[in-house]
Order: sequence, then structure tokens, then C-alpha cells
Amino acid sequence: MSEYTAQDFKKGQPRWCPGCGDHFFLASLHKAMAEIGVAPYNTAVISGIGCSSRLPHYMATYGMNTIHGRAAAIATGCKVANPDLAVWQISGDGDGLAIGGNHFIHANRRNINLNMILLNNRIYGLTKGQYSPTSPRGFVSKSSPYGTVEDPFRPAELCFGARGHFFARAVATDAPGTVEILKAAYNHKGASVCEILQNCVIFNNGTHDAVYNKEGRSKNAIYVKHGQPLLFGENLEFGLMQDGFGLKVVKLGENGITEKDILVHDAHCQDNTLQLKLALMGDGDGFPVALGVIRDVDAPTYDDAVTAQIEEVSKSKKYHTFEELLETNDIWEVK
Amino acid sequence: MTIKELDQVVVRFSGDSGDGMQLAGNIFSTVSATVGNSISTFPDYPADIRAPQGSLTGVSGFQVHIGAGKVYTPGDLCDVLVAMNAAALKTQLKYAKKDATIIIDTDAFQKSDLEKAAFKTDDPLAEMGVDADRVIACPLTQMVKDALADSGMDTKSVLKCRNMFALGLVCWLFSRDLDIAFNFLRDKFAKKPELAEANIKVIQAGYDYGHNTHSSAANVYRIESKVKEPGRYMDITGNKATAYGFMAAAQKAGLKLYLGSYPITPATDVLHELSKHKSLGVTTVQCEDEIAGCASSVGASFAGALAVTSTSGPGICLKSEAMNLAVIMELPLVVLDVQRGGPATGLPTKSEQTDLLQVLFGRNGESPMPVIAARHPVDCFDAAYEACKMALEHMTPVVLLTDAFVANGSAAFKLPNLDEYPAINPPYVPEELKGTWTPYMRAENGTRYWAVPGREGFCHILGGLEKDSQTGAISTAPENHDLMTRLRKQKIDNIKVPDLEVLGDEADADLLIVGFGGTYGHLRAAMDELRAAGKKVAMAHFKFINPLPANTSEVLKKYNKVVVAEQNMGQLAAFLRMKVDGFVPYQFNQVKGQPFVVSELVSAFDEILNK
Repeated sequence: MSEYTAQDFKKGQPRWCPGCGDHFFLASLHKAMAEIGVAPYNTAVISGIGCSSRLPHYMATYGMNTIHGRAAAIATGCKVANPDLAVWQISGDGDGLAIGGNHFIHANRRNINLNMILLNNRIYGLTKGQYSPTSPRGFVSKSSPYGTVEDPFRPAELCFGARGHFFARAVATDAPGTVEILKAAYNHKGASVCEILQNCVIFNNGTHDAVYNKEGRSKNAIYVKHGQPLLFGENLEFGLMQDGFGLKVVKLGENGITEKDILVHDAHCQDNTLQLKLALMGDGDGFPVALGVIRDVDAPTYDDAVTAQIEEVSKSKKYHTFEELLETNDIWEVK
Repeated sequence: MTIKELDQVVVRFSGDSGDGMQLAGNIFSTVSATVGNSISTFPDYPADIRAPQGSLTGVSGFQVHIGAGKVYTPGDLCDVLVAMNAAALKTQLKYAKKDATIIIDTDAFQKSDLEKAAFKTDDPLAEMGVDADRVIACPLTQMVKDALADSGMDTKSVLKCRNMFALGLVCWLFSRDLDIAFNFLRDKFAKKPELAEANIKVIQAGYDYGHNTHSSAANVYRIESKVKEPGRYMDITGNKATAYGFMAAAQKAGLKLYLGSYPITPATDVLHELSKHKSLGVTTVQCEDEIAGCASSVGASFAGALAVTSTSGPGICLKSEAMNLAVIMELPLVVLDVQRGGPATGLPTKSEQTDLLQVLFGRNGESPMPVIAARHPVDCFDAAYEACKMALEHMTPVVLLTDAFVANGSAAFKLPNLDEYPAINPPYVPEELKGTWTPYMRAENGTRYWAVPGREGFCHILGGLEKDSQTGAISTAPENHDLMTRLRKQKIDNIKVPDLEVLGDEADADLLIVGFGGTYGHLRAAMDELRAAGKKVAMAHFKFINPLPANTSEVLKKYNKVVVAEQNMGQLAAFLRMKVDGFVPYQFNQVKGQPFVVSELVSAFDEILNK
């Protein structure tokens, strides 16, 4: 049992717009941290710049609200220098995937033990309404009055392409779903990407409408759980099956299909092919949006490896102080 | 045989990049330093990655200056030039004095070698106007093969020993004790004794060849040691000394050393050096880019490490964003900028002092940052130590400027005794402030306290947004921003740096020579020459540029004529004019990517004296 409550992680009065998805997410984060039980003073919350990156100011932990795009890089140094800290990195879609895209992929590739939160509202809110790297093609915004002429990133694809070992998704308004993936992200050792689908009430209202409330989710989302069959629908009457190289939606009872025929979710599978298919569903393709922990595979972490290498080399080398280091050189004496 | 007694001599080893000229030069300088000579060395790398063998662009040089008294530079022109092939003679002769002794390997002056080196005739010496009497021409390659005929080594390995024959010959010219070289090689190749013995055999062969065949033809030199400073020494490059300074400071401060970096010439050797020493607990992270190199260091600093980032050239532009974050968050950070030729990619392997104004001012907003510039390879150690101490004790990023010349050059380094170095005491937040502390509460000298994550009762949020001076919360209040801007400036201005030292004719100089950083040796040598010629000259050289030494104005205004000499278009001069009212100096500016040439400085300063 954790000795902390959500209150122990709360600070200040958030300044986000009323109805902003960030409010919901913040409450879930406080709750998740309390349940995880790491002390606030052993927790660092590090963000970049953007609406969602204001978040550290509402945390009673250590933290930094840094500069645009660099949160993953700054969090990397923080974690490597002090692996005892639980480090949470908070970014929006612009911060994390546009200006910070390089740091995002490399933090995943290195597999640094960071909890990387991507609050995705598919818009630049703080700069008042420009399209972001997750806005769909044709998206009309202040900087694209005739619609964008570029395709968006799909965060899971970037994460997987960078050899990421953990990817989960939740809707900001779904507190239990969010708390669950945040705890799973903390428990996963290595870089853990959590995509939070979050609404911007001012500049991109309704972007996640299909899954933003409970009713929508019951029709348009699938909660994936490791070891459970991939069932969804108001009465779990639909399921997913493999179909050649792809997936298909089937209805239980039709064509003699029973629950036994339904694909069972394997978040621990090293091969990410089917996990990626799950993660990419729901883009107006007749498939539900996958929520929950989609990929969760163990792998050596960078910060552990750095510490282990220092210990190993220290054992094999005969010099451990600056004075001893000097003596390893070719030295001559002038008398 | 004539024995020439010299005060100083410059030897330049040159050949293909793969000919091992640096090793030969290093051994020669170590041997000389061991007998008490002063040394200064500088490598001259080709710009090409691996140019074709024997080609003009593939020539690399290594210059060694040894002196009976103190030497400050690797020397302008050499007294002895070793040219291992025709291309080396072609490209390097311009670095030799008119009466220099030239050693060539005739086996590498064959028809195809001459063609590759773009000689038009089959007499390269005549074509270059070299007096054959000054040349020691020997079939060096063949003699190396003969010496190692019974070694059982393959041809490739045998040819790799050519540099040792040249070294042996040079050791003979300077009557060097070969035992010191032998010991050096036995140490260096401790794990491959057969290789050590092969090299030793070839050095001896080179020495004997000189002794037997040229004893009547060439000069033999003697350089006595006049100013011996007893002690234990090692040879050190500027980059290595910088890395050592960081490790020494980390140990003294009791902190973990963290380097976030990205490979870039000529700073990369610092990353290489620090990456080796994990047994001292050093953590190095080779990041995805320069931005992350600096940004991750800011993160490491927040987490409580001594954080350092290293770069050069365009890298400093990319780092300026995160450097600025460290300014507003008031976290310690050392940014090493090994200056090279610019702009953009510029001249990556060459040396300039063209980043000064960038590191002083090249960030958005009012962003004051201390700047320290190392003077010579050995000084990099102290400068790095001082930069770390300043960053940690004043909670600020500090720029340490070196340059390609200082970074790659080497000199004898007297092993430091850390007990004699000042303690490093970061302003950790006192436990008794628990409950009342806020992040921008300041100690007496204006420094913010450091609360490292993991300490209960001191949770706080820093960031790139302006903060209220009292509460530490985000603030856009006009008066508060004005106050915080002033507090950040005052904090830097409060840093104590040593007074500017005036060398030479301090009392009555007609000309004061002013410079900063890596030009110290050349400017000092120029001053010494002018004074030897009876001129009244003094020198004031800046190591601490921000904040400036307290006596700066007094010194600069004391002399009738002042010349600011720098390897840029006048950046220090501009800064001093901004800081010292009514200061109008003469300027000497050169941006060639090469170190100053002392003789050019002397004539330029003489001209100013005669005005």
C-alpha cells in the first residue's frame, strides 16, 4: 500500500482552458503517482513548452518546464545522472514529435527508463491554432487555411520504428484507463510511451470525439489487455481476427465464429507486427481505436547499462582517483 | 663535425597521414623534455579523411619546439625538416628556415612519387631551390627493410617502422640519449614486446646511419637545459588537459562528472578521453545531436552532477538554446568551445578565435555568462578546473574557450597536486531553510541555492519561463522581470577573478600588447623579441573575459599605445571598447586558420611603435 495520496502530488491551480483535456490527465497522473508510491522528492517531472508542458507547475515534485522540444533530451541527462529518480517526461504533439522528434526517437532507441507522456490534441494550442505533425492531411488551421498538404505522424509508428519497447494509449477523460497505463508505464523498465488522446476545446474541438466519452468508446474503441481476446462493442459482440497480412473485424456468432477464434492480445511479443496493426487502427478505417497497453516488452535499459559498465570497468582498472589516473601516463622526472 | 650550441630548435616531421609522424614527434619531444628542455608541439592534420598515399592533400606534419630556456610556441619555421616523401617536401618546405637541415627518404622520391606530388622535373631539390648540401638524402625505406630483414615481420609492418628511422636520425642530430626513447617504446608497447624491439632496432639503425655517414657533413646540435624546474612531468595536449581538469574538479567537488556531447572536430578528443575513465565514475553520453548534448547536460546538472558539454564550430550555435536555459534556471554547467575556423563548417581542423562575441552575447534575451579562455595546452587544465569551480559555486553556465591550436598542441605538464588547488563548495541549500526556502532565494553573493532532487522538503519546479524573485512561481510582472534580469547580471559581475597581470616593461612601456586565449605564447615571444631589440613593450593577456578583471580599465588606459592582437576581426577589441570608456586601441587581426607567426607580430608591433 502506498503511503501517498493524490493530494501529496498536487500543487497550485492549473491555468488551462476550462474543459481542456490536460485537466483530466493531470488528475489521473496525481492518482497514478500516489498509487505507484514513489516519494514526491524522488520524482522529477520534465516538460518542454506548450499548453501541456505547463504540467510540472502543478506537481509537488521536483521538475522543470524547459524549452521547446528538448524535454526528452533533458530528461535523459537527469535519469542517467541520477538513476534513482523516477523521471516523467511530458510533451505535446508539437513539442514531442515536431521540434523534439529527434530526441523522441533516440530516447526510445536507447531505451532510457523514462515515462514519456505524449498529450496528443493534434494542434498547436499555445501559439493559437496551427496544424501539428499529428493533424490529418487536409486539416484547416490558421497556418493552413486551404488545408494541409502533408501526412501526419502516427506516434506508435515512430515509437516502433525507433525500436520502442512500450507503447500504450488512453483517452484523457477516461480516468481508470489513463491511471492503468501510467502505472504500467512506470512498471515497465525502459522508455515507455503513453499517447494520451486529448481534446483542445478552443482550436481543435472534437478531434477525438469518436472515443472521448464512455458511450463513444463502447462503440469505437477496444481495450486491449495482455492475454485477453481482442473483443469490443457495447456487449463485446465484435472481435478481431487475423486476415492474411492484416486484421479483420468479425461478429461473434456470425459464420460460426466463437470467442475461441478471436485473436488473443500479446503485449509481450518481441515481434511488433501485430501490435503495430492494433496501434494504427481507428483512423476512419472501420476498426476501433486501441486503448490500453499495446506493447510492453522487456529489454536492457540504457541507464542500467551505463551504471553496470562503470562498475565493471572500475573492477578491471587499477586506477580510481585522479592521482592514480596521472600515474598511468608516461612520466619523466626532471631533477 | 661541428657542434652548434643552440638556445632553441624547431623540428618538423612530415609525411603521409599513415607514416606515424606524430608518434616520432612525440617521442622526440619526450626525450628532450626528459633531459630538461622546454617543449611545445603542434600537429598539422590534413583536411582530407584519408587522402591517397603520397598525395599533396594527404601530408600531415608534427612540429616540435625545444628550448634551453622557456619556449612558448611550437615555433614559426623549422631548423630541421623531415620529409618522408616527395609530397611532404613539396608542401612543407615553406615551414622551413632558409638554412634548415632537410632529411628525405630517397626511396619515396621515385618517378611515381614525384608525379603524385606534381613535380615537373626529376630533380625535386633543384625545382624547390634547395641546396643539396643541406640535405641528408638516404634510402630510408630500404635501410628499414634491411634492419628488419630477419624479424619475420610482413612488409606492411616493416614499413610502419620508417618513422622510427627518421627519429633515430634526428636523435643523432641532437645527440639525444636513445635509452629514453627505448624505455618509452617498451612502455608503450608493453603488450607487444616484439614490436617494441623492432622499433628500437630501427631507431638505432637511424642513429648509426647518421653517425657513420654524415658525421662530417651536417651540423650536430646541442641544446642545454638552462631553466630546469624539478618535478615529475608528462606530455599533454590541450584537449587531454581539459578533460583532466574536469575530472580533477569533479573529484575535488565530490560530484559525479557527466559529459553530454556529440562528435565534432577538434573537440572530439575530450569526449574520447573522458569516455575512457569510467573507473573514475565518469559518465559520457554521445547524444543524437549537439542540442541534446547540451540539453542532457542541463538535465544532469539539475540531477546534481558536475555537468559538462563540449563542442566546436557550428555546435556552439546549436547549444546556445540550452545554455540559455541554464542561465535562467541558474544551474551549473561548463560549455567547452574548442574554436575552429568558421563560419558554418568553415575550416574544421584549423584554429581561430572567432567565437568570442558569440559566447558572450549570442543568445536571446539578456543572458550573462562567464567566459574563460585557456592560454596554452597545459593551461587548459587550470582553466577547466576554474570553469567548473566557477559554475558550481555561482550556479551558472560557464564557457571555457580553447581553440584547435591549444587543443591539439602539447607541452610538458608538471603533475598537479590537487591538495594545492582551491576547494569547490557548491551552495547547497542549508537544511535549516526547509519550509521557508523558495527556488530563487539567494546567498550573500547573489547566488541561488542548489536543491538537488532526492532531498525531502525542497521539491521545486524550475523552467525557462521568468520566475518571481520571491516565490519562484511563473511571473510576467514587469518590475519582477527587470529585477531578475539585474540579479542574474549582478551575480556574474560579483564573481571574483584575478587581476590582469602586466608582463615586460610594466612601468614605462611605449606599447602594451593585449590578447586573449591561445595567442599567449606567440604574443609573449613577440614581446620578448621586441624587448631584446631594446624596445619598451609590455603585455596584458586576458584569460578571464567575463567578468573582466577589476583592473582592466586601469591597465588599458595606462599606456600610450595599445594593440589588441587576435585571430578574428576585432572581437576582443570591440568588447573592451564597450567596457572601457574612451579606449581606442590599435588592432592586429589575422584569420588564416593558422597560429600567429612571431616574426609577423614583431614587425607589425614595431610599425605601431614607430608611428
